[in-house]
Amino acid sequence: MATSEVDAFANEEKRTLELGGHVGFDSLPDQLVSKASAQGFCFNILCVGETGIGKSTLMNTLFNTTFENEEASHYGQMVELRPHTYELRESNVNLKLTVVHTVGFGDQINKEQSYKPILEYIDAQFAKFLEEELKIKRSLFNYHDTRIHICLYFIAPNGHSLKSLDLVTMKKLDSKVNIIPVIAKADTVSRNELEKLKIKVMSELVSNGVQIYQFPTEDEAVAEINSSMNTLLPFAVVGSVDDVKVGNKMVKGRLYPWGSVEVENEKHCDFVKLREMVLRVNMEDLREQTHARHYELYRRCKLEEMGFKDTGTDSQSFSLQQTYEAKRKEFLVELQRKEEEMRQMFVNKVKETEAELKEKEKELHERFEQLKRMHQEEKKNLEEKRRELEEEMNAFNRRKVAAETLMGQALQGCSQQPFKKDKDKKNFFSLPSACSLTSGRNLN
Amino acid sequence: MEKQYVGFATLPNQVHRKSVKKGFDFTLMVAGESGMGKSTLVNSLFLTDLYKDRKLLNAEERINQTVEIIKHTVDIEEKGVKLKLTIVDTPGFGDAVNNNECWKPITDYIDQQFEQYFRDESGLNRKNIQDNRVHCCLYFIPPFGHGLRPVDVEFMKALHEKVNIIPLIAKADCLTPNEIKKLKDRIREEIDKFGIKVYQFPECDSDEDEEFKQLDKELKECTPFAVIGSNTVVEARGQRVRGRLYPWGIVEVENQSHCDFVKLRNMLIRSHMHDLKDVTCDVHYENYRAQCIQEMTSKLAQDNRMESPIPILPLSTPDVDTEKLIKMKDEELKRMQEMLNKMQQQMHDKEQ
Repeated sequence: MATSEVDAFANEEKRTLELGGHVGFDSLPDQLVSKASAQGFCFNILCVGETGIGKSTLMNTLFNTTFENEEASHYGQMVELRPHTYELRESNVNLKLTVVHTVGFGDQINKEQSYKPILEYIDAQFAKFLEEELKIKRSLFNYHDTRIHICLYFIAPNGHSLKSLDLVTMKKLDSKVNIIPVIAKADTVSRNELEKLKIKVMSELVSNGVQIYQFPTEDEAVAEINSSMNTLLPFAVVGSVDDVKVGNKMVKGRLYPWGSVEVENEKHCDFVKLREMVLRVNMEDLREQTHARHYELYRRCKLEEMGFKDTGTDSQSFSLQQTYEAKRKEFLVELQRKEEEMRQMFVNKVKETEAELKEKEKELHERFEQLKRMHQEEKKNLEEKRRELEEEMNAFNRRKVAAETLMGQALQGCSQQPFKKDKDKKNFFSLPSACSLTSGRNLN
Repeated sequence: MEKQYVGFATLPNQVHRKSVKKGFDFTLMVAGESGMGKSTLVNSLFLTDLYKDRKLLNAEERINQTVEIIKHTVDIEEKGVKLKLTIVDTPGFGDAVNNNECWKPITDYIDQQFEQYFRDESGLNRKNIQDNRVHCCLYFIPPFGHGLRPVDVEFMKALHEKVNIIPLIAKADCLTPNEIKKLKDRIREEIDKFGIKVYQFPECDSDEDEEFKQLDKELKECTPFAVIGSNTVVEARGQRVRGRLYPWGIVEVENQSHCDFVKLRNMLIRSHMHDLKDVTCDVHYENYRAQCIQEMTSKLAQDNRMESPIPILPLSTPDVDTEKLIKMKDEELKRMQEMLNKMQQQMHDKEQ
C-alpha cells in the first residue's frame, strides 16, 4: 500500500495553479535581499599588471577612496601577491572588499614563471573554500569567502597589440577566474589608435582561445546594455584621484599642458563603463560565476585527483561515504607498512651499532693487554738494572774495605822499624799523608 | 705694429667646402620594446617615412622571439649638404617572455662593425673605408613604470662602453609635467646608482656667450628627454603641425612645453651629431681596438705558431716578457726614488 502511494507521488506531473488572491510570497526576493544585506557582501578583486601601470590608482578611483599602498620596486626577484581587505559601506550595504595586487609582475628579465604565483594564489583560495565545505563541522554562512571574483588584467598601451607575457598569462588564468582586460593609461592612445588596438587585442585573444568574462545576456533587464558593452571590451581606462578644474566644476582628472583628461567623461575614456559593468550591474553575476563555474571546475579536478569518482568501473554510483571508507583503509594499510619499515630500519640500526660497539670493546681490551705487557717488561728491565747497580755498589764496597785493610797493614809495618828515624820519619809522616791522599782518592 | 693678414683664417671655410663636397654619414641605433614609438620618432626626427610596409608580429609570435638587427639606409640632402643616414633597428628586444641576454645580438652587431673598421683601417688599401660603426643609440624607456626596470639596466650596462647611449622617456604624453619631472629625477638617480655611463654633453667653451651657456645648462638638466613622436599632421592654433589628436586637446610634437622633442632634435642633429661621431671614434672604438690588440698579443705570446690576421708593428706592441721587465724596473725606480726622498727628508730635518 505504502509503496504504491509513493509511486503515485513520483509520477504526478507538476501543475500550475491560479491564485485566487494575493498570498504574499512575492516578497521572497525582498526577504532574501534583506538577509543578504544584513550579512554583508564580499567581493574580491585581483589586479594583474606591470609595476607602475596604474592598478592602485584605478582602485582608488573606482571606489572613490584611498587604499593604502606603497609604491612597488622594479627589482623584486619574483612576483608577489599582496592582498588587502577593507570594509566599505554605502547606503546600508556593507561590502567586505579584498584587493589583491601583483607586485613585481613583468619586471623580471625571465618571465616564464611569472604566472605561477598568481595561479597558486587563486588555487589556494579555492582550496580553502573546499576544505571548509568538506569539514564535518562547518559554518559556511560565516565563512569569509576569499575566492577571487574578478581579475582585472591591465594591458600596457604600447600601440600595437598585446605583449607576449599578457597572452601567456591570460591563457593560464582564463579557466580559473573571470578575466576582464582593461587598457591602462589610455590617455596615451589617440582615438583611432584606440579603435585599432581594441580590435587587435580582441582578435588576438580569440585566435588564441582565451576566454574572457562575457557580461551575461540572458536576463532581459540588463541584456541590452550588457551585449553592447561586450563589444566595447577591452575598456580603455584612466585613473586619477586628483581634481582638475573643467569649466567651473572640479572633476577627477589629469591636467596636461594641452588639455585635461576627465576620468568620468565617456568621450575621454571608458572608466564609467567599467564602473557601471563591474560594480553596478554585474557584481552579483561575477560572484555567481566564480562559485558555479570556476570553483566547481576546481573542485571536480581536485576530487578526481584524490580518487573520488561519481561512477565506478561497473557504472554504479559510488557514494562519497564508500569512497571515503576505501580511501581510509588504503591509508591505514599504507601507514602500517611504513611503520613496519621504520621499525625494521630501527632494529637494523641497533644491531649495527651494537656490533660496532662490541668491536670497539675488543680493540680496547687488546690494547689494554698490550700495554700491560709492556709495563711488565719495563718493570723487569728496571729490576735487572737495579740488581746490577747493587752488585756494582757491593763490589765497590769490598774494594774499599780491601784498600783500607791494606792501608792498615802498611801502617803497622812502618811502626815496627823505629831507628830508621829520619828517613822513616819522613816516610812515616809522608806515608800516611800519601796513604790518606790515596785512600782519600780511592774513596773519592 | 700692424699685423699683416696671412690668410689662414679662411681655413674653416675650406673645411666647410670640402666637407660639403664629401658628404657626411651617421649611424643611429634605436632600441626598446616594441610599441614604444621608435619608428614614429625616427620619422619625426628626420621628417621622412623610413618604415613603409613594415610587418608587425602578433603577441603569440613574440613569445619566443629573438632579436633581429635591421638596417635602413637613406640618403638625404639639405641645402647642399648630403647625409647618408643609417638607422639600425632592433625588433624583438624585450618582447619575448624570457629576455635573458636579449641584448647579445646588439652588442655582437656593434662589435662586428668595430672589427670590420679595425680590419679596414689596418689593411693595405685604405682609400674607401666605409664607416658602419654605430655612432649613437637611442634607448626608449617606457613611461609606465616608476623608473628603470632590470632589463633597462642590464641593456645599458652591456652597451655603455661600446656606444653612446642616449636614454629617452618614450610616449611622454601619458605623464603630467610633475610626473615627468619625478620620473626624470628617478631615472637620473638610478643611472648614477648603477654606474651607467650615458652620453655626456661636452662642456661649453668658456668663451661662448651667456645665452649659449644657458641653453646648454638647460639641455643638460633636461635629460633624459621625454619625447613624443607623430606620423600625422594635425591642425593646431591655425597651423599644420605634427601632432596627436585627443578628445581633450592636441599634443604638438614641436611644442617645447609639451615635450622635449625639439631639444632632442637640436642636440642630436643640429649641434652634437659630429661630437657623437668623435666620441665613438676616439673613445669607444679606441677602447675596442686596444682591447683587441691586447687579446691578440697575449694569445700570440702563448702560441707562437699562430698567424696574426693583421700586420702588427713590432715597436708598438710590447710582448709579455718585456712588459714584465719594464714593470720590474719601474718598481725598482720607485723604491730608489722613495729612498732618495727619505734621505733628503732626513737631511732636511738634520739641518733644522
